[in-house]
Amino acid sequence: MGRITLDKVSKSFGDVEVIPPLDLTIEDGEFTVFVGPSGCGKSTLLRLIAGLEDSSGGHIRIDGNDATHVPPAKRGLAMVFQSYALYPHMSVRKNIAFPMKMANVPEDEQNRRIEAAAIALNLSDYLDRRPGQLSGGQRQRVAIGRAIVREPAAFLFDEPLSNLDAALRVGMRLEISELHERLQTTMIYVTHDQVEAMTMADKIVVLQAGVIEQVGSPLELYRAPRNKFVAGFIGSPKMNFIEGDEAAKFNAHTIGIRPEHIDVSDTEGQWKGTVGVAEHLGSDTFFHVHGTGMAETMTVRAPGEVNLRHGDVIHMTPRKDQIHKFDAQCLRIE
Amino acid sequence: MATQHSRSAARLMMAPAVVLLLGWMLVPLIMTLLFSFKKYIPLRGGDLGWVGFDNYIRFVTSSAFWPSVSATLIVVGGVLIITVIFGVLLAILLNQPMWGQGVVRILVIAPFFVMPTVSALVWKNMFMDPVNGLFAHLWKFFGAAPVEWLSQASLQSIVMIVSWQWLPFATLILLTAIQSLDSEQLEAAEMDGAPPVKRFAYITLPHLGRAITVVVLIQTIFLLAIFAEIFVTTQGSFGTKTLTYLIYQRVLESQNVGLGSAGGVYAIILANIVAIFLMRMVGKNLDA
Repeated sequence: MGRITLDKVSKSFGDVEVIPPLDLTIEDGEFTVFVGPSGCGKSTLLRLIAGLEDSSGGHIRIDGNDATHVPPAKRGLAMVFQSYALYPHMSVRKNIAFPMKMANVPEDEQNRRIEAAAIALNLSDYLDRRPGQLSGGQRQRVAIGRAIVREPAAFLFDEPLSNLDAALRVGMRLEISELHERLQTTMIYVTHDQVEAMTMADKIVVLQAGVIEQVGSPLELYRAPRNKFVAGFIGSPKMNFIEGDEAAKFNAHTIGIRPEHIDVSDTEGQWKGTVGVAEHLGSDTFFHVHGTGMAETMTVRAPGEVNLRHGDVIHMTPRKDQIHKFDAQCLRIE
Repeated sequence: MATQHSRSAARLMMAPAVVLLLGWMLVPLIMTLLFSFKKYIPLRGGDLGWVGFDNYIRFVTSSAFWPSVSATLIVVGGVLIITVIFGVLLAILLNQPMWGQGVVRILVIAPFFVMPTVSALVWKNMFMDPVNGLFAHLWKFFGAAPVEWLSQASLQSIVMIVSWQWLPFATLILLTAIQSLDSEQLEAAEMDGAPPVKRFAYITLPHLGRAITVVVLIQTIFLLAIFAEIFVTTQGSFGTKTLTYLIYQRVLESQNVGLGSAGGVYAIILANIVAIFLMRMVGKNLDA
């Protein structure tokens, strides 16, 4: 079981309030991702849940029990750190055994769990090596192994993939998702990468300056961002924002349209511009369009290969039902 | 630095330093070896010719030899134990964020800048003097008879003085090592359920292993040769005659250069034995 409830939890460092009081419920078995730009307080929030930082106010409940003043070891949570934080002088086996040794788990049980974790994480051949002899991805798996054997109420991941190269990151993303499917344990995952958030999460929590901007499933956030910040943060490439006369036609202060919701033509369309950089990926083509008179640069996605080059004139037509409208306070207008 | 030309130029440029350093080492070593096989007593007849291994046999069979070896080992061992244990504790203490950290760190390091002769004199006259010393006053305050430190607990006193001098060095090296410990490792251990004492034993101490090795090796080299502290306090009496001091007495007090040189060769052998043992015990910390 691992249902985590935050009730008016806040955190200040000295006079600086990093996290104003916030409420959040993470259901048992849910994969929750905290996402936001650097310095938005997402790691601090995770550390508050872990107990590595004391909260300045409010209550943290784990399975209904108040854990606000419970030391980290007693909360039944396991954490995977950004730097992996493996113990360099211990073998992989001893690293994984460490939390069980601290909890006085019997030797047989320890070995059984280590073997099981090693098979699950593909580490069986490396158990007697030291962390220094492993690659980044293997170290990451050892760190996860050390978390699994504790059989925690919830896993906490603090940007676990940011030290890996791009290809490995995609692989580990899948492995963590599959692990979640198999274990069905609550997981809280912190990242600044919205792709990770979209692909892995059951529930995304978007944070900015310590404030929760929106909570919802990945597609809810994609379809109906509550404000301009969430709209710009979720989705890749970023949503285009248009202000002024064009927006006024829609009775809004700002309208937003995603690059994939604009149809491209070289002959006719609602808007006209000049192609700047064109990124031909094969499966998609991204155009950075200048000179539309509405926004400095607009990004447009066209499926497949489109033969438009730098300097060409491009015509664009937004899909009417995919336009997001925002008022002067940046909030969504339905 | 890879071309043929730059390599030979580098060799040429380094040659004077290499020759100087090599000469610096070889000349005294060869002279010591040479004198050790001679009967050479400058004020009582000078060079009296070759005597084979006589000096070596006389030095070892002298009643002062084995006590001097044990005194040397006690001083070296005692100082090492004290400086490493207290060095680790002080390093942990100094690593805590506290008010006036910078000043405290400088104060802790200060004893290292005091010359050995001066510090030994200060200890002897201001702390350990049985009449006027601070310790004597302290003992009297509590109604106890003052201890005559340098005669009743002579070897311990020497160990105390030398430890006081070397503690800053150990603390400094260990402090820098402790600062390089990744705080996420300690947090991970905390999450894993390790209480502070176990975090120290399983994470901090192994992390300090290499630094402790360096402290032990460097200090051993210097501690085998301590002289000034003994010279200005006990003059080698009350069982404080270390091998270094014994050699000094043979050469300068008895004016027997040959016998002293033989002692010097023994000192080299002893230093190497100690070095081998140390390397065996702690040297494996230096790889990996």
